[in-house]
Amino acid sequence: MESPLTLPPGFDRGTGRFGAYGGRFVAETLVPALEALEGAFAAAWSDPAYRAELDALLDTYVGRATPLYEAKRLSAAVGCHVWLKREDLAHTGAHKVNNTLGQVLLARRMGKRRVIAETGAGQHGVATATACALLGLDCVVFMGAEDVARQAPNVARMELLGARVEPVESGARTLKDAMNEALRDWVTHVESTYYCVGSAAGPHPYPWIVRELQAVIGRESRAQMLAQAGRLPDAVVACVGGGSNAIGIFAGFLDDASVRLVGVEAAGEGLDTPRHAAPLTAGRVGVLHGAKSYLLQTGDGQISEAHSVSAGLDYPGVGPEHAHLKDSGRARYVAVSDDAALDAFQELCRLEGILPALETAHAFADLRRLAAELGRDAHVLVCSSGRGDKDLDNVRAQLARRAQA
Amino acid sequence: MGRQTWGEGVHVGATTPSGGRLAATFARARAEDRAALVIYLCAGDPSLADTPRLVRAAAEAGADIVELGMPFSDPTADGPAIQRASERALSAGATLPGVLGALRELRAGGCDVRVVRFGYYIPILAYGEAELARDAAAAGVDGLLVVDLPPEEAAPLREPATAAGLDLVPLVAPTTGIERARAVAAEATGFVYAVSMTGVTGSAAGDLAEAGARASELAEASGRPVAVGFGVKTPEDAAAVAAQADGVVVGSALVRRVEAAGADVDAAEASVRELVGALSKACQRPATP
Repeated sequence: MESPLTLPPGFDRGTGRFGAYGGRFVAETLVPALEALEGAFAAAWSDPAYRAELDALLDTYVGRATPLYEAKRLSAAVGCHVWLKREDLAHTGAHKVNNTLGQVLLARRMGKRRVIAETGAGQHGVATATACALLGLDCVVFMGAEDVARQAPNVARMELLGARVEPVESGARTLKDAMNEALRDWVTHVESTYYCVGSAAGPHPYPWIVRELQAVIGRESRAQMLAQAGRLPDAVVACVGGGSNAIGIFAGFLDDASVRLVGVEAAGEGLDTPRHAAPLTAGRVGVLHGAKSYLLQTGDGQISEAHSVSAGLDYPGVGPEHAHLKDSGRARYVAVSDDAALDAFQELCRLEGILPALETAHAFADLRRLAAELGRDAHVLVCSSGRGDKDLDNVRAQLARRAQA
Repeated sequence: MGRQTWGEGVHVGATTPSGGRLAATFARARAEDRAALVIYLCAGDPSLADTPRLVRAAAEAGADIVELGMPFSDPTADGPAIQRASERALSAGATLPGVLGALRELRAGGCDVRVVRFGYYIPILAYGEAELARDAAAAGVDGLLVVDLPPEEAAPLREPATAAGLDLVPLVAPTTGIERARAVAAEATGFVYAVSMTGVTGSAAGDLAEAGARASELAEASGRPVAVGFGVKTPEDAAAVAAQADGVVVGSALVRRVEAAGADVDAAEASVRELVGALSKACQRPATP
């Protein structure tokens, strides 16, 4: 027996839109597959058996609920109470696994034997390979050749997990190009293959699926804040690339008008340069990878290359629900630079003994600004979306570069 | 399976056949017992200055309709040949206004071949849908084909396109169900582009004779001409499709010829002319005894 679906605010299943954004801008070959996926997800999400299987895996395999941690030394340094939702402690080291377990369970339920995914930093690729190993499905991960070189440890992990990693040589050879190639593979093998999208982006129904699977972050952290802090946070802050960890934690607080929602994009080398990855802050509305949203583009409607020190934020688009939250004013989006993220990375290591992902470091880099705005008594919840072991070589190289500059 | 609402957006609008130039071209080919030959060239490859000349050569060699590809940075429906052509064209400075300029030059030179502007949606969004429809029609475009704009999303472009007298050419794929294919075809004005197999442009051919037969069925059911593309490379492939389908589309094979000629545009022109001529012959159905 199906239970009724509760849809996100502003979301219309009929058109696949969050406000004016989203939709399904894809080649005709994929339209029937997306319709089938939409129906299959709606059925699974209403099915207590699917939910119970997913919840059991999240509990015993991922290690949920992840802790809420009050970072007292960081709080003293930045000037407000800082709470960390520790997604970095989830199995595989990031929030990505919440989504991949849900989707790979869905793939199995749909009778697909082969799963493909795109990955930038490799975290989503590792999380997909992990879910496929667990559930016994074939896995192919598309990864820009540039990122294959930048993120060698994650390539090795995926291969050990039984996945095949396909380096993508087109374009700038990063995340956007990996997603292009995954779409080309899917259009070719659509009957047999499940495409496991890693962010809250892509054509309908992916932004909906991914936000529902990541909303566990927001549900848990809202309850934990009430239990441990005795109150809701004044602000929730998360980094935004495609936007899956941010939408997951925001989802728990959308109805709490007193809670400010802040998404932090990558300003790269500066918003006044072409080398950034901040479509919400500095982009224009267009269509990329099947959805209407803000993105980085030329005046002529060609997609611009993004840049961020963190491979996971190095993407010119963003999920449509974030575009909607920006326009409605429910969330605010800011951007912090590569340098600020590197500073925050080091500060969290030294003050709290936590080594964050470079993506996650962007959220921490906005804390002083938030503290100045909200005051010393404010409580700020940060989505600590992933751990940074994968970034060590990159961070050391960046720090050495800065020391020489 | 859960309630599905998205597909209900397929709106069967005006079903009057277009009196447009594209439909007339198919009618003429049918009267001559041949399939119409539709070819694809990437505008701006190797440069916009060469585009009118290559289109004219294709028209003179027997192409009925030229799909003029607007290069795009992220062509997710295209295989390597058209991806590389797009990269070359963008590197050489192709823009949407530039492509329309090349087309005006073609028309000013007296070439009357039917032209479908082929491409992705975002350059159209950036240009403005109404502005694009107006300027494309003024430049001599007969129709628009937007790869990543399925019928459910097409209303904002369909209205200005129709007002400007442009046909909006829809796609059907092997994965498209019969009901949906008929609804999509019924809404088409110029013609329907049937993708022969699941895949990107330039892939290895599937069963082209069967794709031609499916296209013929759809044409019969909908009363609209249906052309078959993807994987059609050689005159033999074209003949297999042409046996039953109203039209044959060849793209990547020609794009590869332009690529092989490199900077030698004379050679590109000769090579395009030679292949289009052979394809055109292959589109003529053998006389039945």
